[in-house]
Amino acid sequence: MLVDLPGGWSPLLGRLAWSQIPYANPILAPLFVAVVIGAIIILGLITYYGKWTYLWKEWLTTVDHKKLGVMYIIIGLVMLFRGFIDGLMIRTQQVWAVGPHSSGVFGSLHGYLTPFHFGQVYSAHGLIMILLAATPLLVGFMNIIVPIQVGARDMAYPYLNALGLWITAAAAALIMISLFVGDFAHNGWFEYAPIFELQYSPGVGVDYWMWTLQLVALGTTLGGINILATIIKMRAPGMTWGKLPIFVWTSLAANVIALTSFPALQVALGLVAADRYLGAHFFTAGMGGNLMLYTNLFWIWGHPEVYFVILPAFGMMSEIFPTFSEKPLFGYITMVLASMAIAGVSWLVWLHHFFTMGAGPFVNTAFSVATMLVGIPTGVKVFNWAFTMYRGRLTFNAAMLWAIGALFLLLVGGFTGMMLAIPAINYMVHNSVFVVAHFHSMLLVIVYAIFGSVLYWFPKVFGFKLDEFWAKTMFWLFSAGTVLVFVPMYMLGFMGMTRRLEYVFDTGWQSYLTVMELGIVVYVFSVLAFFILLYVSVRDHAKNRVGADAWGTSRSLEWMTHSPVPFYNFAVLPHINERDELAWRRQHGIDQVRPEHYEDIHMPNNTGVAIILGGLTFVLGFALTWRIWWLCIVSLLAIILLMIIRSFKGDPGYIITGAELQRMEEEAYRREAQVLDSHHSHPVSGGVVGNAMAYQRNDSSK
Amino acid sequence: MSAHASTVDPKKAELWDIHHHSHDVISTRTLGYFLYLLSDGMLFATLFAAYGVLSYQHSYFGGPTPAEFVKPWYTFGQTIALFLSVLAYGFGMNALKHKSKSGLINGMLAAFVLGVIFLVLDIHDMSHLYSMGITLASSGGMSAFMVLTQVHATHIFFGLIWILVMIAQVMTKGFTEETVGRLLTLRMFWHLQAVIWVFVYIFVYLWGYIS
Ligand code: HEM
Ligand SMILES: [Cu+2]
Repeated sequence: MLVDLPGGWSPLLGRLAWSQIPYANPILAPLFVAVVIGAIIILGLITYYGKWTYLWKEWLTTVDHKKLGVMYIIIGLVMLFRGFIDGLMIRTQQVWAVGPHSSGVFGSLHGYLTPFHFGQVYSAHGLIMILLAATPLLVGFMNIIVPIQVGARDMAYPYLNALGLWITAAAAALIMISLFVGDFAHNGWFEYAPIFELQYSPGVGVDYWMWTLQLVALGTTLGGINILATIIKMRAPGMTWGKLPIFVWTSLAANVIALTSFPALQVALGLVAADRYLGAHFFTAGMGGNLMLYTNLFWIWGHPEVYFVILPAFGMMSEIFPTFSEKPLFGYITMVLASMAIAGVSWLVWLHHFFTMGAGPFVNTAFSVATMLVGIPTGVKVFNWAFTMYRGRLTFNAAMLWAIGALFLLLVGGFTGMMLAIPAINYMVHNSVFVVAHFHSMLLVIVYAIFGSVLYWFPKVFGFKLDEFWAKTMFWLFSAGTVLVFVPMYMLGFMGMTRRLEYVFDTGWQSYLTVMELGIVVYVFSVLAFFILLYVSVRDHAKNRVGADAWGTSRSLEWMTHSPVPFYNFAVLPHINERDELAWRRQHGIDQVRPEHYEDIHMPNNTGVAIILGGLTFVLGFALTWRIWWLCIVSLLAIILLMIIRSFKGDPGYIITGAELQRMEEEAYRREAQVLDSHHSHPVSGGVVGNAMAYQRNDSSK
Repeated sequence: MSAHASTVDPKKAELWDIHHHSHDVISTRTLGYFLYLLSDGMLFATLFAAYGVLSYQHSYFGGPTPAEFVKPWYTFGQTIALFLSVLAYGFGMNALKHKSKSGLINGMLAAFVLGVIFLVLDIHDMSHLYSMGITLASSGGMSAFMVLTQVHATHIFFGLIWILVMIAQVMTKGFTEETVGRLLTLRMFWHLQAVIWVFVYIFVYLWGYIS
């Protein structure tokens, strides 16, 4: 029943052959050498400093939600960097290959990338940015923050959490290896039927794309279940739904979306696999297949997914604004309702991605109206943030700047989205770079919120603040880059430039493309600023140490425990009396009250099973891509066996005694006292000293 | 907004969880598993949608349609086997209430055997179709038919493995918090697969037979 393959196949290696290694490619070969040298250096350093056991014990086998979250964020940042390089390559090709007289190198007629290679670059760029950069970054933050904000010691299922991380890592590894072994898909990040069929895309590119996405979907579903169960089941006593921090609410909404929408993607991809591997006819042109079925299934997941990524970003902004406005969040209840409304409506709009399918006036109108409905809850949020800042005591530090930047981008992206939601306009600009500019505005909201959160929560996780000067430098460079790249892109969209051009035929667009190239160069500088930021901050970390409440004006539970957060989060779980518990305690002068005595607590053990399973899923994905059947069977059997063995063993966990806990807590308090002494005063964000910040400013919040 | 107004007296407020409330392991587990089943339900919903789109006359491209090969009574036999399996599982779980290990294991074994019967009938049916040259490569409509029914069968297959694992775990470990939690989640899984089978039987087999 297996399909006939074009090209060679052997039982031992499947489709794998030497000719699949692009050693003659002038871009990939040097890159490969660089990667190998880099890897040798890193591995050598780890060995030299004897850090392998540390790495294995403290990180690779951990089930601690904070460490897993940090690793998610590291994966996300690495992939963000990779995706950024792809973006740089796309922009460079487009500014170079303009008009018939433009030069060409490396075997390309115009520019430096052949059409096939260019197609792979933009496909990988899209997939990586949405699913392997934005998603892991957000999941990482949810992982770190949600359990602490609800007052829990860990996630509901710590082992499952580790498994989700390692499956995501396997997906990232799979897409990275596609650089050097075989090709990647070249038909765009969401692909089209029937061009992804084996007949038209005979290489392994589509398979890499499909299995990478399948693995991300699996990892994210597992993560989603975990976060939902944590929110529902693990809240500290007294934390009723009305007292839930807003980031937790948005995480809840986002993961409801993830849990219900990712299966649609998994089915869509599974059916593509049935077509490509078993010769089914789901999406073929002819034999009773239906091309638009694929597009529908993909976007039934795809649109909810975009809200899956933006809702946590909304939550992050909702945490940053109150802290640096020194006021409670305006309109908490409407904020919650708006998040839920967005999650609900996100299910009813998918067709706006292909109005041009021509489903008829009634269908298009219905989806157009549904799409515009999303603007209402989104607008509510924007006004709530504005009113949170209104008459607040604002501190314009770097985290706040990123959040404000996100707010502006949300307006731009939201309004252009509204324009796209009108079918009459959409018919004109569909598949133009106007669409590309729209969703980049939206996705940049997420990136801005993430960088704001990195700055905001970094001291909580690592115990010291990042350097303000370099953080601000990075912000301004990044924002200049954003303007330079995306304003011309909107204009070009109006002029009719379609997306994904590897050759730009209209020389009149040259000047716009040049400005955009300039913008991407500015982005490069902001990336450099980020590296300097990390370096400078680590170098000066002793100076920038913070106490439990790093900003002095924060409001939710995570700021009640030490920075860095001890592995058990809270020695004694807090009892929640109010929404914004910490701000309330501070206002009443009871924020420094410590628990009187400590009881034994129960913690989960580390396990190496999760990372081994992750490795096996990578092997499985690779074997499936290259059709190495024996390896598929072996790795699948190994996965099942390992899961069964683990289920027999179980994890009894271990006990930390009250006495031990007390010792660790006293130690932490002592460290904190030193930090506060060296700062002369209580760390505050604004010009206000000490506890002047009120739980609530009566004059403006009503 | 009154929700903001402080209702708790800070001087008397309870600040720490000294009464030591603990999380109920089994209910946390079953909730998580319920959430997973929700996503499994979505998976089948999507497959049904795909089947709906691909079950028009033209989807079969002039080739065989379910009306030509579905034998409703044969598939009804599968239905009965699966339902009896669920029933047997239920009896087993009833024995759990009385802490009867042997009762539970007997129920599970019966559920296992009946599940195997279901699966054997399915495989026999499929190989019969195969021998007539009807495969998922025949047409878009047949692809949808095969994938939907066989994805369900795959769920049954993994459910059967899981039943065996649970029998072994109950025999070696007895009724611990872990095994009981897993017995409950497995029951949810098994029930959901039976419920989904109802939809498969009605909308794929019966509907296909009459249209
Ligand atoms: C106010 C809310 C929004 C509206 C009204 C809206 C509307 C639209 C419409 C109509 C399209 C289709 C354009 C076309 O292809 O012709 C589109 C594309 C897109 N939007 Fe939005 N959108 C909104 C919010 C968002 C958000 C929050 C995100 C992501 C965080 C997002 C990401 C995207 C992406 C990724 C695409 C295009 C994907 C592609 O074709 O490659 N949008 N949007
Ligand atoms: Cu959309």
